[in-house]
Amino acid sequence: MNDMPTPASIGLSREDLPNSYIGRSVPRPNVPKLVQGRATYTDDVAVPRLVHAAFLRSPHAHARIVAIDTAAAAKVPGVVRVFTGADLAKVCDPWVATLEHLKGMKSAPQYPLPLERATWQGEPVVAVVADSRAAAEDGVAALAVEWEPLAAQLDMETALDPGAVVIHPALGDNLVFTRTAEKGDVAAAFASAHKVVEATFVTGRHTGVTLEARSILADYNRAEGTLTVHHSTQAPHMMQGVFAKQLRMEEGAVRVICKDVGGSFGIKVHVYPDEVAVAAMARIMGRPVKFVADRFESFVSDIHARDHRIKGRIAVDAEGKILGFDIDDRTGIGPYSVYPRTSAIEGNQVVNLCGGPYDFANYRCTTTVVFQNKTPTCQYRAVGHPIATAVTEGLVDLAAEALGMDPIEIRRRNLIRDDAYPYTSPPGMRFEGLSHHAALAKLLEMVPVERIRADQAEQRRRGVHRGLGFASFIELTNPSPFMYGIGGARISAQDGATVRMDPDGSVVVLSGVTEQGQGTDGILRQIVAHGVGVPVERVKVITGDTQTTPYGGGTWACRGAGIGGEAALQSAIALKQQILQVAGTMLQAAPGSLDIVMGEVVERETGRARMPLGELGRIVYFRGDTLPKDLARELVQTRHFITKEYPFAFTNGIQASWVEVDVETGIVKLLEHWCVEDCGRVINPLLVDEQVRGGIVQGLGGALYEHCVYDEQGNLLTTTMADYLVPMSAEMPEMHVGHVETPTNESLLGAKGAGEAGTAGAPAALMNAINDALRPLGARVTEQPFTPARILAALGRI
Amino acid sequence: MKWPAFAYERASTLQDVWRLRAEHGEGARLVAGGQTLLATLAFRLSEPSVLVDITRIEALRGVTVQGSTLRIGALTRHAELGRDPLVARHAPLLAEAVPYIAHPAIRNRGTIGGSLAYADPAAELPACVVALDATLVLASPAGERRVAAREFFTGLLETALKPDELIAAVEVPAATPASRSAIVEVARRSGDYAMAGLAASLSLGADGRVSAPRLVYFGVGNGPVLAAGASAALEGKALDAGAIAAAQAALARDIDPPSDLHGPPEMKRHLARVLTARALSRFLPAAEAAS
Repeated sequence: MNDMPTPASIGLSREDLPNSYIGRSVPRPNVPKLVQGRATYTDDVAVPRLVHAAFLRSPHAHARIVAIDTAAAAKVPGVVRVFTGADLAKVCDPWVATLEHLKGMKSAPQYPLPLERATWQGEPVVAVVADSRAAAEDGVAALAVEWEPLAAQLDMETALDPGAVVIHPALGDNLVFTRTAEKGDVAAAFASAHKVVEATFVTGRHTGVTLEARSILADYNRAEGTLTVHHSTQAPHMMQGVFAKQLRMEEGAVRVICKDVGGSFGIKVHVYPDEVAVAAMARIMGRPVKFVADRFESFVSDIHARDHRIKGRIAVDAEGKILGFDIDDRTGIGPYSVYPRTSAIEGNQVVNLCGGPYDFANYRCTTTVVFQNKTPTCQYRAVGHPIATAVTEGLVDLAAEALGMDPIEIRRRNLIRDDAYPYTSPPGMRFEGLSHHAALAKLLEMVPVERIRADQAEQRRRGVHRGLGFASFIELTNPSPFMYGIGGARISAQDGATVRMDPDGSVVVLSGVTEQGQGTDGILRQIVAHGVGVPVERVKVITGDTQTTPYGGGTWACRGAGIGGEAALQSAIALKQQILQVAGTMLQAAPGSLDIVMGEVVERETGRARMPLGELGRIVYFRGDTLPKDLARELVQTRHFITKEYPFAFTNGIQASWVEVDVETGIVKLLEHWCVEDCGRVINPLLVDEQVRGGIVQGLGGALYEHCVYDEQGNLLTTTMADYLVPMSAEMPEMHVGHVETPTNESLLGAKGAGEAGTAGAPAALMNAINDALRPLGARVTEQPFTPARILAALGRI
Repeated sequence: MKWPAFAYERASTLQDVWRLRAEHGEGARLVAGGQTLLATLAFRLSEPSVLVDITRIEALRGVTVQGSTLRIGALTRHAELGRDPLVARHAPLLAEAVPYIAHPAIRNRGTIGGSLAYADPAAELPACVVALDATLVLASPAGERRVAAREFFTGLLETALKPDELIAAVEVPAATPASRSAIVEVARRSGDYAMAGLAASLSLGADGRVSAPRLVYFGVGNGPVLAAGASAALEGKALDAGAIAAAQAALARDIDPPSDLHGPPEMKRHLARVLTARALSRFLPAAEAAS
């Protein structure tokens, strides 16, 4: 009974099917609610005395606020109150988004509403609170703000030049952070190389576009001294801490609830000034205040990401062995580093991840992170990965081309061997166990390369240009405190789960990880059903409430399954053991001779049913008098989990993209896409496949369509869904997903993250496919998004 | 954003429209499909005092053939245009254009009158009616007047509509056996506004010679651009590669595209040339024989 459970002893291997819920495509419990419109998003929460906020946003990229006249706005029918930055600063402290382990990083204090200057077009400047959102917007229209426009620093390339506009004079310059990782002897490797090739890559600034916009309803109860916040967020416990700290309250006096959240993609794990302003206004007014961003506001105020220019070189020997990478990355992050994760992580990830799939000795990579007067950037799905993968895989393909080598062959020669683990990469990333060669082999089983190459040759004769591209990748998941905690951020890398059995034998799990549509609830239910031994329908999952769930970090960086899932499994197993102790006493059997199968206590050896859990529950809860006095009878267990051996559980995979480029119009048609990834133990194959597909779509979106375009004055031009092009189903290719499973030994469950793999590799695979198509025409594109204009320009047609 | 406050009135007849317009003056705006107007209201780009709903006015509905003219009521929705047998037979260009217009939900509500009145330079229907040499029937309290489609579009989002008028119908000369038409466009995604598009109409004589060619480009100017030079280059010519090349060459003087989010003017010029060949190639003898 007290033996440590192992993956084999609890039936986590595929061979245990069908008696296991692990590895089965069990339907998600929340889908009917979501598709029937019965979800409770923040905007659906009804409370008495509610007022609505709308914001006047800066029309300038950089301007001094000379005067704000609120008199007319205050008289608009329905308007309750108008708040300026100075009003909110009385109750709300500013924040500075730096992390101590990012040496030398600096940023400026950010207020919910700025006191003196607006530093990006779209920054919230004045808030109007009214009886309805429409009335609040009427109030905003009646505000009179006198601006003194200032010169704006828009171009990241000139942000550190002598003539640059220093956005925060107190900081001295626009440098946020720089880091160089260096290993081996890069100069010597490049000097002695058979071939050196180089290219400059650009990844386009884009954003997350969640179906449900950012939403918050904050309610300060003066009688209790408590702040209750309904919030569309990925990290309720983190936000609890943020609201408490900024509003000078005890953490325990703040409760953050997120019922249903309609998509996040990393967009909803940050501190937004307009959202903190709403909490501050609720604190001042002593009544609930709601703000739901409209799509205009989302485009100018949701975090942007991926605004990078990367110069890269690769050195190879005559056999195609990679000798080294030499990379220089620059990124502009807007006027503030975003709290509390900071906006230096994306560049830092580029340094950590370039060259990631490959075994090579010499590495130099520098990131330079600068301020600019555009919307702040921060972590968005697959932070830094698509950038690092595009640079790495773009350079590997260029090297193959220079050597006249097949792109598959150069990868086969350089991917880290599957028996080389544990392995430490040149920038210091430690890999517990990856499967690059197994993934490549699996991919080649799925991709009909010979048929495709024959078709490609045939089509070229007819003037049709098709291309096949590959991209290997690694993905960082299950982060430990090495990601944020060691830098001083109150972001939990640990997560907890409480699992209890109620009198009728049903089970409830309360988890610190959260659900935003990706299926966290679904896998938690499967894990707990498996761990306790009950039908999956008998498990209820509760997430997203700081007052009822165990403390945790929430769902981001691919940690829901790996961290939250393991905590749930451990607590489920503990509950099962507790139940069997009680059952053993009732049935006068050794607990170790019993098991729980589908809600029934059974004899382990024979499977003979002994007692339904409902009967056990009845006796424990209503006839406890019949049990021995000293019997421990708490049918509830809580476990927390944190990774300890490795800072991150890396995963890996490889993608392939097959495209047709219309060389007359520059339009890229996506024909087919493949991805093989290794997220360790697969809990729900359908969910993992859908995560991978969705991730691929988001990666393809950034590579083909999505782009936050600014004019020369720093005005965002792409502020509607007609101008900011998201990937749509009509243009998406047929996608094939395969898996290799290398479970992590850090946990019993063995799960790593799966949510970002698709996004990490898709842009690089697509870029290589387009360039494969264009190669006979002597054209190449390296600047995302790969628009018709850029492809036609590369072809010399315009 | 939320709409500003406004009143709503439903007109059952044209007389209701004239009365409501007289009452509310410039504050009155007509709403039919609402696919453009309602979005601009949410953007608070305009603040009308009253919306006059004209969707129930019978006089503005229906598709009929009168002699050699196809009359399409202004309230005909894009989806109706796409499935109407009379349109398919007598103005196949319009039926062919429908799938290019946005998405099904928008096609189910948007109307031809609304599209023509808004005159978006990248929209398909304005270019089609110019290519078909259609006539717009404009109604006002004073009665009806007819304006040739090519005269109707006067500038960026500007038309010949007077403040007291509305579009009642579009009259299209019915296609003959010699008629040929095609619409082609390049858009980033299906349903997007075209980066460049071409609605082409011409007659092919028994001798294979082109007459009355009308090449109308969209997404490349302030409105639908009837390419006089390119059209003239085809007039009277046997349609072949040389004639197509001549039309492409002449196009340089016909269009003066602006740059937009998708690319520079030269890209639109290039795409217009590509589309010229793609549209006209459909009428080459070999292509017609194959189809």
